[in-house]
Parts: sequence; C-alpha cells; structure tokens
Amino acid sequence: MTHKPLSTKEVSVSFGPVEVFHDLSLEISEGEFVAVVGPSGCGKTTLLNVLSGFLKPSSGSVNYSGRVRMVYQHDSLLPWKTAAQNIALGLRDLPVEAERERQLKEMLRLIKLEEFAAHYPHQLSGGMRQRVELARALAGDTDILLLDEPFSSLDYLTRLRLRRELARMLEELPRTVVLVTHDIEEAAQLADRILVLSERPARICRELRVEIPRPRDLTHPRVVETVHAILAEFGLEQDKDLGESVTTT
Amino acid sequence: MTEKPLASKTRLLPLLVLVVAIAIWSGLWLLRVFPESVFPSPLAVAKGLGEELRTGRLAADLVASLFRVTTGFMLAVVLGVPAGLWLGNHLRSRYALLPGINFFRSLSPLAWIPFAILWFGIGDLPAIFLIFMACFFPVVVSTQAAVASIPSVYFRVAHDYGFNGLDLLTKVILPAIAPQVITSLRVTAGLAWLVVVAAEMIAGRDGLGFAIWDARNGLRMDLLVAGMIVIGVIGMVIDRVLLRLTKIPSIRWGYDS
Repeated sequence: MTHKPLSTKEVSVSFGPVEVFHDLSLEISEGEFVAVVGPSGCGKTTLLNVLSGFLKPSSGSVNYSGRVRMVYQHDSLLPWKTAAQNIALGLRDLPVEAERERQLKEMLRLIKLEEFAAHYPHQLSGGMRQRVELARALAGDTDILLLDEPFSSLDYLTRLRLRRELARMLEELPRTVVLVTHDIEEAAQLADRILVLSERPARICRELRVEIPRPRDLTHPRVVETVHAILAEFGLEQDKDLGESVTTT
Repeated sequence: MTEKPLASKTRLLPLLVLVVAIAIWSGLWLLRVFPESVFPSPLAVAKGLGEELRTGRLAADLVASLFRVTTGFMLAVVLGVPAGLWLGNHLRSRYALLPGINFFRSLSPLAWIPFAILWFGIGDLPAIFLIFMACFFPVVVSTQAAVASIPSVYFRVAHDYGFNGLDLLTKVILPAIAPQVITSLRVTAGLAWLVVVAAEMIAGRDGLGFAIWDARNGLRMDLLVAGMIVIGVIGMVIDRVLLRLTKIPSIRWGYDS
C-alpha cells in the first residue's frame, strides 16, 4: 500500500474572509476506505469538492491518479433517464457495446434491481434511487469514489441495508473511497480509517483506524468501540474511558 | 402516480353537459329572449355548418388558418427556444434583455395590427407576423426560466460523466427543460389560435376569422356561430395534441413528481 492515488498537500480553502481549511494534508492509499466526520458546517462537502477537482483550493495541491466519481446526497439521477440508462452513463467510455451491455446487466444484478431497469427515478423508492446512484458511480473503470452523505436522506433501516450493500459491492469492485458523513455509526462500520475534523478552519483532530476486515456488523465490538471514541472526541460521551473498557472485555 | 381511471359513466359527463347546453340554447331561442335575426337556433346553425362543409368553404378557411398558426407558431418556437437557451446561460444578457422582452410580452399582439397591415398588406403575412409576435416572447421567457432553474447537481453529474458542448445541450439541458417548455408551448399555441382569428377578421380575405366576420356582414348569424364552434373545437384539438407530448415517458417526470 505504498501507492497513494489520492493526496492533498497543505491545502487551504477560503470563501472570502471565511477560512474553511488551513494547510490540510491527506494521504489515502489505493483501495482504502476513509470516512470524514465532523460538526456540520465544518467543510466536509467542500473537502470532497476539492478532492474531485470541482473546487480549486486557494493554496496547496491535490494529487490523484485515475478516474474520480462522486455520489451526491440525493436526487442526482437524471429524471428523464431510466434506472438502466442512468447506470449506463457510468459506462459511456467503454468502446464495445456488448461489453457495456454485459456490465450494465452485472450492475443491475449487483444492486438487485433487474426488474426495475426500465423504471424512471420518480417511480423508485429513495433507497432504490440511491442504489442506482451507487451503481452508476461504480460502473466502468472508476478508481476513486467520493461519497457525499449518500444515505442521509434515507430512513434508518434503509440506511443500514444500504451500508451493507455498499460494503458488499466494494468487495466485488474494490475502490478507493472517501466518505463524508455526519453519521458516526456509518463511518465506524464502513471505513478503514476515520478522520475527525474540528470546527472551522477544519483540521484533522483525530485519526482512528478500524483494523478488521470489511464488511462488518454494526455491533462488532471494534465498531462499537470506534463509535465511542468518536463520540468522546465530540464531547458527547458521558464516560470517556468507556471506549477502552469495551476493548478489554 | 396516476389518477384513478374514471368509470365509463363518468366519462360521458361532458356529453351530458353538451346536451344541457344545447337545451338551454334552444330554450332561449324558443322564448325569443333575443330577436331571431341575431340569435340563431341550434338547428339553423347545424344546417349552416352542413352548407359550409358542402361548399368546401369551411375546409379552405380551416386550412388557411391552420397554415398561418403553424407557420407563426413554429417560427416563434424555432427562434424563441434557442434565444431562451442563450439567455438562460448568460446572466448579463439576461439582465440586459429581459425587461425589453417582458415589455413586448405584455403588449397585446393585437396592438400590432395596424403596423401588420401597413407593413405586410392583407393575407398570410400579417397574420403570421401577429402570431409570431404573440408567441415568441412567452417562449423566450419560459425557456430561459426553465434553463436557469435546472438543478446545479445535473451539471455536476454531466461533468462527472463527461458531457461537454453539444452533448451537454442535447442530452442534459434540453431534456431537463422539456416539461416546462412543453407546458409553455401549450399555452402559446392557445394564444396563437386566439390571435389568428382576430388577425383574419381585420387583415384577411380567408380563414376562420374572416369567415365569421363575413357572416356577420352578411347577417348570417347561423354561419357565424358555425364558425365559432369550429374555432373552439380546433383549439381543443390543438391542446389535446400537445397534451400528448406530456405523456412521453422521458417527459412525464416533470408532471408526476
């Protein structure tokens, strides 16, 4: 894991007098799943916009190799295209039509929406739509996946289900992933590494590693322990030592 | 998602209303509320309509009117939609031109009738000009509004998946504005149909507008009403045809959600 497909070096971003980031440096390895959590308004989405190249930093540099795709919070499917046609957007660059067809079928199978291929987004539930978005972003030769609170508009149970599906999809199609979320459980369950951001100007105030293989259960002790640690970081934990006690028992 | 299908009895309700309306009309005629010379009976109108159909005058007038409406309306769409697209993407031009466009949009196209006759004489041209003036500005305004209100995330997605230039226009911008533009086309087509009648009454020698004006001058109230009925029915048909466009699967999303 020496190859770093995604890194930032001393990136600063300001909107007028408001400094969002100050000298932020990140290094993300190939195939690594990094979650970024932080208080709302701390610039998590701005970070993704910088990583995707959509926003130019005021200073510093962003380096990545390969193709970057973003999954947005909601409603970024093109409503005049069917589920299959939306996923096919992700396969546009494949030159052979038969191969595009094959991969499209494969993606529909992966998200278990074969029967809904010809449905338009407004005919699908919120969870189905988000699965189509994931499939669209994963389709073709994506290297880096940027997820901007992809499950935040879903109800709790659907969110849990989609987390599991994302983990399963990444098993079949490994990608380098940066997930921005305010859902601490989501970060702990999905990510290899969690970066806790501070208030503006955001800096990384804590880095946590969850060194157990993915996919994992939400109730896995290491996941629970990580949730405790993040909560403690935000000052939302009654007993700060609880995190350690879970590891030992 | 869709309305409940109506029972077949319910579907007959408009016909019932029609029957009641004709009954009231007959009643007013029988009671001689207005003198018979200025208030024709349903039967007289039906006879007049038959006469107009037999002589072929009605068909000729209908073709003349439809030709003017189609030409003027198409001209307004072909020039108005691109103009709206351009304004929707250029904030400064929008700021500069929109007040002027709204000025002309608020100006009744009928106010142009004197100039239409002075510039284009009598016949097809003045009517086409008036229809164009009625339709062009609303089409521009609604198209630019539709472009300006496309959610920015669609442009992010278009960029992520490599849509540029012409692809961006034909595969993202046009489908995104289609529902709003089609709604405005329905409204403006109705407007065009209103204007052609007025234009032909004053600046025409044929067409449905001229036909009812001619009937009035000849004191043929039965033909006048027959003309009115045809104008109303054709207007309904035009709206129905454009309504079909909103049922196209890749456009329906704009109406269902």
